Amino acid sequence: MLKDKIYEDFNLNRNVLLDNFSEPIRQLKHKAFESFVKLGFPHIKLENWRHTNLKNIIENDYKHCFSPSDKDVDIEQLFQCELPEMDTYTVIQYNGWFMSRNNDISLMDNGVIIGSLNKAFKEYPEIVEKHFGKYTAVEKRSLEALNTAFAQDGIFIFVPDNVKLEKPIQIINILDADTNLITQPRNLFIIGKNSELTLVHCDHSILHRQSLINSLSEIFIDENGFVDHYKMQNKDAESTLITTINVHVESNARISTNALILNGGVIRNNVNVKLNGKNAQADLKGLYLVDRKQHVDNQVFIHHASSHCYSKQLYKGIIDDDARAVFNGRILVDKDAQKTDAYQTNKNILLTDNASVHSQPQLEIYADDVKCSHGSTVGQLDPNAMFYLRSRGICEHSSRMLLMYAFASEVVDTITIEALKYRLDTMVSKRLKGELSICDQCVLHCSEKAPDFLKMDFKPIV
Amino acid sequence: MQDNTDKILNDVTQNDYKYGFVTNVETEIIPKGLSEEVVRLISEKKGEPEFMLDFRLKAYRHWLTLKEPEWAHLSIPEINYQDVIYYAAPKKKAKIDSLDKADPELLETFAKLGIPLEEQKILTGVAVDAVMDSVSVATTFKSTLAEKGIIFCSFSEAVKEYPDLIKKYLGSVVPYTDNFFAALNSAVFSDGSFCYIPKGVRCPIELSTYFRINAANTGQFERTLIVADEGSYVSYMEGCTAPQRDENQLHAAIVEIVAMDHAEVKYSTVQNWYPGNKEGKGGIYNFVTKRGLCKGFRSKISWTQVETGSAITWKYPSCLLMGDESIGEFYSVAVTNNMQQADTGSKMIHIGKNTKSTIISKGISAGKSQNSYRGMVKMTKRAVNSRNFTQCDSLLLGDKCGAHTFPYIDVNNKSSIVEHEATTSKISEDQLFYCNQRGIDTEQSIALIVNGYAKEVLNKLPMEFAVEAQKLLSISLENSVG
Repeated sequence: MLKDKIYEDFNLNRNVLLDNFSEPIRQLKHKAFESFVKLGFPHIKLENWRHTNLKNIIENDYKHCFSPSDKDVDIEQLFQCELPEMDTYTVIQYNGWFMSRNNDISLMDNGVIIGSLNKAFKEYPEIVEKHFGKYTAVEKRSLEALNTAFAQDGIFIFVPDNVKLEKPIQIINILDADTNLITQPRNLFIIGKNSELTLVHCDHSILHRQSLINSLSEIFIDENGFVDHYKMQNKDAESTLITTINVHVESNARISTNALILNGGVIRNNVNVKLNGKNAQADLKGLYLVDRKQHVDNQVFIHHASSHCYSKQLYKGIIDDDARAVFNGRILVDKDAQKTDAYQTNKNILLTDNASVHSQPQLEIYADDVKCSHGSTVGQLDPNAMFYLRSRGICEHSSRMLLMYAFASEVVDTITIEALKYRLDTMVSKRLKGELSICDQCVLHCSEKAPDFLKMDFKPIV
Repeated sequence: MQDNTDKILNDVTQNDYKYGFVTNVETEIIPKGLSEEVVRLISEKKGEPEFMLDFRLKAYRHWLTLKEPEWAHLSIPEINYQDVIYYAAPKKKAKIDSLDKADPELLETFAKLGIPLEEQKILTGVAVDAVMDSVSVATTFKSTLAEKGIIFCSFSEAVKEYPDLIKKYLGSVVPYTDNFFAALNSAVFSDGSFCYIPKGVRCPIELSTYFRINAANTGQFERTLIVADEGSYVSYMEGCTAPQRDENQLHAAIVEIVAMDHAEVKYSTVQNWYPGNKEGKGGIYNFVTKRGLCKGFRSKISWTQVETGSAITWKYPSCLLMGDESIGEFYSVAVTNNMQQADTGSKMIHIGKNTKSTIISKGISAGKSQNSYRGMVKMTKRAVNSRNFTQCDSLLLGDKCGAHTFPYIDVNNKSSIVEHEATTSKISEDQLFYCNQRGIDTEQSIALIVNGYAKEVLNKLPMEFAVEAQKLLSISLENSVG
């Protein structure tokens, strides 16, 4: 049982998990561990976990990596980015640890700090301690508590006031080991006043073993700041990926997130946003294309804690084969959060009788001067649209592809990075044709569908 | 103008309960508390056959293993189930078959409620089965109905006279294992109504029950069972009131409906239990399990409810759409005021092919109340080509209340379509301005807008009820409508 293993690991590794940290952090981690002991792993009796059962997953044994790998890994060899056209600052997370050839943490000319959170604890304690764990509910959510207790490393980004990073920062999270692995990366992103940051977060696994990732990112956006966050999930069927993003948005600041889920075993994404100042805005989007036995669970919680805020959610999914999709979006409007605008949309297309969808769009409103709405639909491709295309001589298969592609593009079109948008566009259309596993430069080992000769260097004709 | 609006909204939220009178009818009560003996005593008092006692005891034993549900968006003060009187009956004299023989005080009560049996009998042709403190006191129009072969009587009478029907259908839609309050009701229910519409009969008049909790400290545990046989139709109405008392009273009822092939049942409720005073003291706890089973091909069950009362409402009228092409409908207006709490909505479980369901829910919250919609739409794998449309809107009057929406959508096949939409807003200044501009004062404008907002549901009510429901809605708007 994983739980026993976790108790054991924690007690045996107190020196690296607790003693290496400063007093306030140590206390927090200790508290988090106690909270996890009390709450245990989430189970299906919990309202937010009704449709995602971790039982079989946590019965397995996983190994923690308590220190960075000393193996000399050649990233280029291991892995080729799926977004080669994109011009980004790239940071690599290898088995949960920050990996770099040169510096573990670097201070750029404009004052931006990028690097390992582990090093940041030591070198920038005053910044880290001010924010670490402040946007995370360790008493209530057991997996966040678990992550906090085991947090050792991750990515740390600090953008000072009035800095706009012109290039996106791309975080590549790689798992590579010959045993079943559990990692708990912890990221902290702090964005100063009037600053802007674009993050592209990619999750990959190279191993073909079972893995469990329980990652947690905390994002703090100060007044008038802006964070554009993209998450690409393209993983193998053996992996379980649980990610949590806790965002704290101050007045006039904005957060935009985009979760693009193309492949995976069990994926659970939690996004918790607190709009804490006037005119704060959140724009959350998601697209999930799942097939085979995949399971995708998107949980969104937006807390309107201040007046005049705006939030919008758009989650769309196409569910094929035996796959299962869960959407649980909750909007909470506090008593004082007057003049709130909050919208929520979840649309699903079911392609087979074995696929299923569970959608729970929820509104919890304690203020009266608000405009809130939500909508959720589950259905098929529009027969009239199908007829229109068919009557113009387009074959049934192509018509379906066209319509599904159009359905997905509502989310893809909102991407503002051109290279990423173009890339995803092709990926989505390939994915819909069932050809993603033979997509160019694929190193996902998910080739059971594709013969070797198809893995050729293929560049799409523009 | 804003101030004026606020004042009016304030007035709206401060009205007294009109039905808070106590009737001095002699009642026969048993001591407080619940135990196996009490269950046996109730059964004995009612002179029930063996199978009923068995049913009650099984339910009681199961109830002991259950815990109160805690998932609703309600804060329910702890209820001491040993502090409730489980049986209170107006002292029965002879059996009544015409109204003249009924207790005049009782008749007076009903007159105050605005449902004079006499008048209704003449003017509206409605057959009423009035349930006061859990015992059915009068059933009108019985003979007219009997001619058509329709059975409409109190539950206890049905147990004695139609035991086969009761045996067959009791608990078939809501088993005693269903939930905490269903188990409690199954163990201690004292009376209720039973209705059976034979094959091919269209019930010529609207059937109606009226519930009233009168004695102090009593719980009302009634049970309604409606069976509509092939090709039949019935429209059934239910209303509820209770006197004003400081203690909270418990109401845990069960309504079961079975509809066979081509049968249609329309069930309308106007719920006006005492909601407690402005500080939230007293009032009825309304924990009701209502469920309809569309058993046959093309059967249809339609729930319409207007909820204005109760301190706490926990109620989810549901449809199990088992027959192919069956239809389920739910129309609801729920008004909460002062300290009221409501967690209400519907469940539509699609099992048969080509089934359809519609949910329209309108919530209005005022004062410091909390109003939640909680609904579930489930399409099973077998329910191919099924369709659901759900719309739930909330209107907020005042800045201290809350309106919440918790829908659950589960779809397990590829040919079904489910749509859900919800909005929450207050009466906008634009709307008020539009009315004002046309010479309608703010008070009337609010009344107009609220009524228009609820119209979609009120239109679904039978005519006699619609008038009453509109009256009830306007009670909360009384101070503003002059």
